[in-house]
Amino acid sequence: MRSLLFIMSVFLYVGATAKTIHVGANRTYKNIRAAVDAALAGDTVLVDAGMYKEKNLVIKKSIVLKGINQPVLDGEKKYEIISIMADGTVVEGFRIIHSGISSMEDLSGIKVYDSKNVLIKNNVLEDTFFGIYIQNGLSCTIENNQLTANGKEEQQSGNGIHCWKCDSMRIIANKVTGHRDGIYFEFVKNSIIWRNTSTKNIRYGLHFMFSNDDMYVSNIFSNNGSGVSVMFSNRIKMFSNYFEENWGDASHGILLKEISDGYMQGNHFNKNTSAIFMEGGNRIYMTYNTFENNGWALKIQASCLDVVLEHNNFSGNTFDVGTNGSLVQNTFNNNYWDKYEGYDLNKDKIGDVPYRPVSMYSMIVEKYPPAMILFRSFITSLLDKTEKILPSLTPENLKDNAPLMKKAF
Amino acid sequence: MIIASNVTKQFGKLKALDNVSTTCNKGECIALIGPNGSGKTTLIKSILGMVVPDSGFITFKDKNILHHWQYRDEIGYMPQIGRYPDNMTIGQVLEMMKDIRNKKAILDEDLINSFSLQNLLNKRMRTLSGGTTQKVSAALAFLFNPSVLILDEPTAGLDPVASEILKEKIIAEKEKGKLVLITSHILSELDDLVTRIIYMQEGKLIFHKSIEALREDTGEEKLSKAIARVMTK
Amino acid sequence: MKKIVKYVITDILRNKIVLVYTLFLLVSSFSVFSLEDNSSKGLLSLLNIILIVVPLVSIIFSSIYVYNSAEFIELLVSQPLKRKTIWLSLFTGLSTSLSIAFFIGAGIPVLIYQANMIGFTMILIGLLLSIIFVAIAMLATVKTRDKAKGIGAAIMLWLYFSLLFDGLVLFLLFQFADYPMEKPMIAISAFNPIDLSRILILLQLDVSAMMGYTGAVFKDFFGTYAGIIFSFAILVLWIVLPVWYAARKFNTKDL
Repeated sequence: MRSLLFIMSVFLYVGATAKTIHVGANRTYKNIRAAVDAALAGDTVLVDAGMYKEKNLVIKKSIVLKGINQPVLDGEKKYEIISIMADGTVVEGFRIIHSGISSMEDLSGIKVYDSKNVLIKNNVLEDTFFGIYIQNGLSCTIENNQLTANGKEEQQSGNGIHCWKCDSMRIIANKVTGHRDGIYFEFVKNSIIWRNTSTKNIRYGLHFMFSNDDMYVSNIFSNNGSGVSVMFSNRIKMFSNYFEENWGDASHGILLKEISDGYMQGNHFNKNTSAIFMEGGNRIYMTYNTFENNGWALKIQASCLDVVLEHNNFSGNTFDVGTNGSLVQNTFNNNYWDKYEGYDLNKDKIGDVPYRPVSMYSMIVEKYPPAMILFRSFITSLLDKTEKILPSLTPENLKDNAPLMKKAF
Repeated sequence: MIIASNVTKQFGKLKALDNVSTTCNKGECIALIGPNGSGKTTLIKSILGMVVPDSGFITFKDKNILHHWQYRDEIGYMPQIGRYPDNMTIGQVLEMMKDIRNKKAILDEDLINSFSLQNLLNKRMRTLSGGTTQKVSAALAFLFNPSVLILDEPTAGLDPVASEILKEKIIAEKEKGKLVLITSHILSELDDLVTRIIYMQEGKLIFHKSIEALREDTGEEKLSKAIARVMTK
Repeated sequence: MKKIVKYVITDILRNKIVLVYTLFLLVSSFSVFSLEDNSSKGLLSLLNIILIVVPLVSIIFSSIYVYNSAEFIELLVSQPLKRKTIWLSLFTGLSTSLSIAFFIGAGIPVLIYQANMIGFTMILIGLLLSIIFVAIAMLATVKTRDKAKGIGAAIMLWLYFSLLFDGLVLFLLFQFADYPMEKPMIAISAFNPIDLSRILILLQLDVSAMMGYTGAVFKDFFGTYAGIIFSFAILVLWIVLPVWYAARKFNTKDL
């Protein structure tokens, strides 16, 4: 009871003293820097529409910085535009353009240094080197921002949303395009990436390293240079994401490298060169995913262990599964494969003969990549047919023992 | 008109023509006679340029025929087995030949009329009997009024009536001063036709003499008997 | 020459096999396009038909036709015609009529469903393949007198170009697995018109991305104007060389 009273009194105190400072051409404060200097922790700075060139705007106290009708903050291609160094800061409603470019300092549109509970919301970022950069953040929320860059080369372009050494982040409903990596996570844990759209970035739609216990849900990753890359991370959960049109020489829907205890459910993979490329994966469970019209649905290297695929739909893929070794310790069960030619005598909707998703030709290509020259030639289809009748080269135990006759869902 | 000098042709081990020399003049009707495989057809084909001799040469009106083709304008050839594109009609075949020859000369349509081919002009070649095909071949050979006629087994497959018509036509052409070369197995029907005989065996030309000389030499009146004499000699 | 070509074409176009071939192409192209949900997939299925059926039909039909026309050819030779004219007319007639068959059977459906660069390339390549295999068939027939042997040779040639050659390529790849084989492969593909055609079409379709590094190397070469011109020149050479050689042979052939 006493503590409740204390909280209420604090609330009242803050409410009573917090003030609102206006910035604008017709206001006392003509520029934001002066208003921020004048503000105290807990104050709100409201910025009218207009063009503001503030060089590097540093926020060192916990204030709410809010734009009305999207005032423009121009970094003149020289500066980091907003630097946040205080807990609980809010930046909302700005159009932030033209940050500097520097490979030494990672100049950003908005950069958060060692802070918690920061909220960055409803901003539009254009032509920034890095977009929103969180360094050592805790419980920060990045929501509903639009980030657009026109990067052409990897070196000349930074990441859209970049989180480094963070915990409990919420990345929600942002749209990122034209950056090097759309969303970048390194050493980030317990965080969620939800409803973001990351398209047409130069390298990865999502780049994810050394980040454990994260979850990403209902995001769309499409048309990125190399798709999505998730590496060296444990206990990652991925639900209902769309991986689409990552179509190129070295493209993947998603690259999974050294991932343990992952869980993937309800994701859609459509028109990727290879939908999933997995290397060194352990204990990954994939279920209710849809693989459609990919070059390879699944490239699973022999270094993967205990990967389980159940109730997934595979249709229209050129190759269902590719692998480079003969020893396979992964499990396929109850998946639907459109190339399955077996029968179901007892009408239990499960095929009576196993399905072997690895074709002989895909084995050959894996070993001798130039053999791709024979793609769609008569001899390769002949080899595949022979191999189906008399399996010899394809891994003996890479098979779905109980393939479904109809789509799993 | 046609002179063959030392013509030799070898097919693998088989010597089809072995140093054959002969002369054929206009106004003659020459029968090429000899057992199967004696080189008659090869000689004809050499004259037509279908077979190129290994050595020796053939002249047509004093011109070497090697690598020439225009001289064939003056030859009418009736092959042993005539086969024409299956889906063409008799009319089309005649048209095509007229097209190929492209001659303004008066066409000799006697045989077309006497074989009544004009009633069959819309028949496709594949539907024709062997005899009718032969009639077409014969008609084609004579159609362009050539100065030389080369007939390979002309009466084989023809019914007696057609055979007779053809023979009469041959005689008529001979009378006009044309050179006619005939091969035939049925010697009896050559009796009233030929003026000279070329007898061949194993690629060699055994003799070339007039029919009168042959009769004298063998004392036989009938050509078939005379030849039989020669062969058993 | 025109005269004979005209008659050869009218003869072949009435041939039942050519009619069946045209119909087969027509039915399979339309069904391929209407069965597949997107038409670029239809193109891929059609590619198999073009690469397998077109050469097969072209080579076998042409060789049988030439053998069956042996007596007719003799008759033509006995006429005042150059042998070269006769041979080239036969070749022109065969390739024109088979091209017409291909164009009606496969070209028109492609134009209806895929009237774009890929579709045009596909039609062009189908036509070229038709003609190439007519040329190869005529080479086979001029080299062998015996009909059965000649048709056998034609089938073997088809088998070689559509299957055995690729087997050899595969064998080469296994043998030289430690060497970069991508560039030599470009040269090797020139030795098989079917492979060359397949690669040309695949690079136009977006499946080329699947071909990885090999695809990239190929795209670098075949994607340029010089590369395209080079490959079409090679295909044309595949027509010219056999025809020229066969015509030479035919010129001195004993009939």
